Amino acid sequence: MRDRIISVLSAYGRLPNPVETLGRDDDLYRAGLTSHASVNVMLGLEDEFDIEFPDAMLRKSTFESIASIESALQRLCDRSQLPA
Amino acid sequence: MSVETAVPSTVDVVDREPATRTSPKQLAAHIATTVAAPAAEAVDVESRFPTEAMDAIREAGMLGALIPVEDGGLGWPLEDVALAVTELAKGCSSAAMVYAMHQIQVACLVRHGNNDTLRDFTRQVAAQGLLLASATTEVGIGGNVRNSSCAVETCGDRFSLTKQAPVISYGQRADAILATARRTPSSPPNDQVLALCRKGNFTLEPTSRWDALGFRGTCSLGFLLSVSGHASDVLPVAYGDISSQTMLPVSHILWSSLWLGIATAAADKARRFVQAAARKNPDATPPNALRLAELTNALQQFQDLVSAARDRYTSISHDPSQTTSIAFAITMNSLKVSASTLVVDVVQRALLICGMAGYANHSPFTLGRLLRDAYGAQLMVNNDRINANNAQLLLVARGES
Repeated sequence: MRDRIISVLSAYGRLPNPVETLGRDDDLYRAGLTSHASVNVMLGLEDEFDIEFPDAMLRKSTFESIASIESALQRLCDRSQLPA
Repeated sequence: MSVETAVPSTVDVVDREPATRTSPKQLAAHIATTVAAPAAEAVDVESRFPTEAMDAIREAGMLGALIPVEDGGLGWPLEDVALAVTELAKGCSSAAMVYAMHQIQVACLVRHGNNDTLRDFTRQVAAQGLLLASATTEVGIGGNVRNSSCAVETCGDRFSLTKQAPVISYGQRADAILATARRTPSSPPNDQVLALCRKGNFTLEPTSRWDALGFRGTCSLGFLLSVSGHASDVLPVAYGDISSQTMLPVSHILWSSLWLGIATAAADKARRFVQAAARKNPDATPPNALRLAELTNALQQFQDLVSAARDRYTSISHDPSQTTSIAFAITMNSLKVSASTLVVDVVQRALLICGMAGYANHSPFTLGRLLRDAYGAQLMVNNDRINANNAQLLLVARGES
């Protein structure tokens, strides 16, 4: 999952430095993620993982690090495997 | 029926609501009618700072309105400041704008100035009635205030900063300026901080004049700002958080409250104009009474928009998980676009009602200044930029709230 997140961040995050150089808990906003680029990352993640972030997850803290994105996706993927 | 509904004794009532107590709204209305309004025309014609109104505001302690009582302020909630801004704007849009912009900076200091130095400074703002200005835009960043090109340089316990600011409203009158900049010279453009630039620490070199269509008393010149101060004057929180949690919502709430004041002042002229015509011929409803009815629909929409936005923010302002959400950002952006459009709509309707009496510059029903001021609303943070921002946010929003 982490590699797929990194590839989405590389494609849409418009960060000045390679995403690979960032630690799992590094602050993505301080690394240069703008609010505009963060929406593109959300769209990229939704496509990559075939999910939709609910409004409750659409806040700054959800996308502030690779770890926080991973935990959000984990929750969504777990949820989508529940019987309807 | 119950104890709670028992009629309180007269003594209780008097204790709680002394007859002499003036509400924030009444205080602002008094300053607006007795000081700001009489000077408004001169402020506009001469494009000068609304000195009289700002002195009266300072004397009333209103520069420290948002500062808690224990820190020497008036401890007004944001709602009271918003009501005060509306009242002031009925008298003088420029004075109301200076007051609103100052309060936006105070709100940031009160919520995010979490170190001893900044808390001491906040107390000084209340005690001495200091006036705060803001330097968020910068030459060469394309108007996006969430990007900076200039950077804070720290050396030991000192910081320095040089910023090409295309606008610092009333910069020459300010006792301090809060300026955005990149956190360090190696930080990306969006990794910003907010730095307190105190009088004595900064110099301003004017780079442009201010001779504009409206809000002429805000004296919004461009400057080269140079500052050197103590490192603890840089706010400890990321500007991105200050912006989404406080600066942006408080700006849009106070600005929309201000534009509501402009619209209300125009509506009052229209109402008096129609009523004067009605009194001359009580048998027939004046034809423009219908236009007044239509204007009132728009004005009520405006009032309710502003008060609902105020309530929405007040209910979540202490919960960063909600104020940093996309859903909330969309609502505040939408407030700004709607309010800035409605103000022109209402003033224009008033102009149609008052006719040539509104078009004339020196009639009791003159609407020229209000209309010129109203047009500024869509430009200060351009609506196109805000709509483009919402267009992007809506690509992921679910409309659940």
